[in-house]
Amino acid sequence: MPIPAHAIGDVLLSVEGVSLAFGGVKALSGVSFDVREHEVRAIIGPNGAGKSSMLNVLNGVYHPQQGKIRFRGQEFRDMDSHEAAALGIARTFQNIALFKGMTVLDNVMTGRNLKMRCNFLEQALWLGRAKNEELAHRRAVEEIIDFLEIQHIRKTPVGRLPYGLQKRVELARALAAEPVLLLLDEPMAGMNLEEKQDMCRFVLDVNDHYGTTLVLIEHDMGVVMDISDRVVVLDYGRKIADGTPDEVRNEQKVIDAYLGVAHA
Amino acid sequence: MKEDIEALDTFPKLLMHHAKLRGERPAIREKDLGIWQTWTWKQFAQEARYLACALAEDGLARGQSMALVGANRPRIYAAMAAAQCLGAIPVPLYQDAVATEMDFPIRNAEVGHALAEDQEQVDKLLEILPQCPTLKHIYYDDPRGLRHYQQAGLASYDSLLERGRKAHERDPAFLEREIAKGSGGDTAALFFTSGTTGTPKGVVLTYTNLIERSKVVADWEGITEEDVVLAFMPPAWIGQNIFSYAQPLVAGYCICCPESAETVTTDMREIGPTYYFAPPRVFEALLTQVSVRMDDASAPKRAMYRYFMGIAQRVGERIMEGKPVKLWERVLYGLGDLLVFGPLRNVLGMSRIRIAYTGGEAIGPDLFVFYRSLGVNLKQLYGSTETSVFVCIQPNDKVKPDTVGPAIPGVELKFTPQRELLIRSPGLFKEYYKNPQATMEAKDAEGWFHTGDAGYIDADGHLKIIDRAKDVGALSEGTLFAPKYLENKLKFFPYIKEAVCFGDRRDKVCAFLNIDMEAVGNWAEKRHLPYSGYVDLASRDEVYALIRECVEKVNADLAQEAEIANSQIHRFLILHKELDADDEELTRTRKVRRRFIGEKYAPLVAALYDGAESVHIEAQVRYEDGRTGKISADLRIADAKTFAPAAARRAA
Repeated sequence: MPIPAHAIGDVLLSVEGVSLAFGGVKALSGVSFDVREHEVRAIIGPNGAGKSSMLNVLNGVYHPQQGKIRFRGQEFRDMDSHEAAALGIARTFQNIALFKGMTVLDNVMTGRNLKMRCNFLEQALWLGRAKNEELAHRRAVEEIIDFLEIQHIRKTPVGRLPYGLQKRVELARALAAEPVLLLLDEPMAGMNLEEKQDMCRFVLDVNDHYGTTLVLIEHDMGVVMDISDRVVVLDYGRKIADGTPDEVRNEQKVIDAYLGVAHA
Repeated sequence: MKEDIEALDTFPKLLMHHAKLRGERPAIREKDLGIWQTWTWKQFAQEARYLACALAEDGLARGQSMALVGANRPRIYAAMAAAQCLGAIPVPLYQDAVATEMDFPIRNAEVGHALAEDQEQVDKLLEILPQCPTLKHIYYDDPRGLRHYQQAGLASYDSLLERGRKAHERDPAFLEREIAKGSGGDTAALFFTSGTTGTPKGVVLTYTNLIERSKVVADWEGITEEDVVLAFMPPAWIGQNIFSYAQPLVAGYCICCPESAETVTTDMREIGPTYYFAPPRVFEALLTQVSVRMDDASAPKRAMYRYFMGIAQRVGERIMEGKPVKLWERVLYGLGDLLVFGPLRNVLGMSRIRIAYTGGEAIGPDLFVFYRSLGVNLKQLYGSTETSVFVCIQPNDKVKPDTVGPAIPGVELKFTPQRELLIRSPGLFKEYYKNPQATMEAKDAEGWFHTGDAGYIDADGHLKIIDRAKDVGALSEGTLFAPKYLENKLKFFPYIKEAVCFGDRRDKVCAFLNIDMEAVGNWAEKRHLPYSGYVDLASRDEVYALIRECVEKVNADLAQEAEIANSQIHRFLILHKELDADDEELTRTRKVRRRFIGEKYAPLVAALYDGAESVHIEAQVRYEDGRTGKISADLRIADAKTFAPAAARRAA
């Protein structure tokens, strides 16, 4: 019997007591959790719970005032976003951040930026090394295009695409960086049922095929419960639950956070 | 030197012949990872050899069947050749069919081996596995998503190929012996007809059928190894299979497989095929795209397009057929070619086309003339699965839009008193698989095939098809009612996607219509008409007015044709949903199943005839993921103006 190629492994990333405040507003207070290799980890919570802030801390957009992050054994007080990218952390954004005027192909190619080794002059003069490098990158990008089934829009400017496809292109660009850890900020927001199903399939395929570890924020409970291995629940910047979908689902605190309780 | 291929009476023999004679020339191209990859004839033959050896190891033997489920992929065709090498019978199945539709062919043909393109197809086969005990081996081409499947008998194409390579090394002579055992009278392939009525039938075609017909047409049209074909229709359709498998194996030309169904237009531009075959709806869709894009163009461009298309319509066809044309018109056409037709042909990917065929259904004369006047040598052909396609083809120098041309060499035609067309030809099928009853009904003792099509031979010896013989009816007052003829007229308007006409044994003709979402959507956007979706758009007053105009134009046209002037369309309604093959309203080749629709929507038909203003409908729809849902809507029924017949008007 074949074993799954990517069994869930050791802890890849751990967040320990992270607190983040903007002036007097406490976005996160003392949040700790970990992410294991090859797993799909979801962060959920009501509006304003601090989910996006958490993601922004993970890839170095925000710098927490307290706590630390451990990624592949290295310890960080905080990260810079370019540092995070170099370490193999890629992400997608809630409100699509693609170059609207560029084609899908060019957008995905930008995801390979960090992997380019040639200098400016070589690129400009299209010397042998630059050319070979470009070809190798193009091949990698074509494989991703094939993987996410977006061949038909390869040469289409991103701004002309429907929303669901733009989301897929963004995923393609993040994948192009060959990340170890991929952060997805509401990958299914604003999609219809069919687009959501497609996206779920792609997320699972990415996890299965490339072995990428995924951290995702999502509102759609059905989606989260179906595709994640473990779930962290945040509410008012605090972690209120952590565990498998089934464990989390039955947690009283989670139910209260979502449905609300009478404050006596 | 003319190649002597008379002795090569099966496809495997032909394949090995090409591998020797033109081993380095391209046989199949496929766009993969954005780059066109080529298999030469030598590689094609080698692939088929290895596959055949492995399949033989897995027990595929002479006379057994192997199902092929997938789009046009080199590997699907390699598997087809491999099965034939062993004397087994390939059974190509429609890749967009749902699992339940695959059940019958697989059981009927007792399929033991199947090649599926990807996970989607494998899933379908696994779904029907419990009902199909004969199916023991399923191979897949694209391994994506299939890694965790643990089904016994499931194996990848790659592993099969690898096993075959080893087996071939052990006994290189094995396959040559197997190939030599085949002969022209053997079954080459089994094609299941989509069946406008009832269960599908497996049409048994022999090597002789397919090779003889392909050869006759290749000689007649001068098809050579230099030609290039883009294969983008389902390979399970004989109309695709003959152009992308049988004929290339006879003439040695190269076929190209597009990257995916969505990229066909781009791929076509890149390849620039010289030889082309597509059913009318493909040409229709292309024209719709052109019209939509022209509507968006700037005013000077629109004016230029209109002006030169006018000239093209006057003289384009005559120029192509080499008939006399006034010098200044020739000059103007040349200018138009430079400014409009050439670039347009290029956008359509038709710059290099020498011969383009359309068939399978009647094509609207205006649509047909559009392409010809652009300088695309579009011709109609007539044929069916049972006749190995080629029966009639329009000759290059004499194309009449309303006929399908004269019978090509080897074909005899005659008619029954009821106007049904009978055919005798070397391409005629052997039988319907395991269905002697149906074979007897379709093919009489003297070998005439009853086509079920009604038509006649015109003064020039060209065949004219009116409709299916069983569909041609009469209005209660006796006027000939040919529904398809009317529907085709309606469908020529870019705004109308499908039409279903009723009128047999009734006092007048009424119609169901489907709007074309792309064209009407675009039209609505231009007018700042908001709409939420198909149902909403279809029920708008403005859309009804637009469609009514189209219907009335058809009526005005019909009034000119004395024989059918009375079959003008009196009332119509726009359906709340698009007719869909998944709901069995269309066949897989997208022909409307008129009778089925009439029964399914009986209350709507009744309302058309009882004078109601609107009618309420609740209907079940099937979504693409297999779930079903309910749609309910109030449909409005509109009246269309009719015109006095031309003859009557003149008298008045």
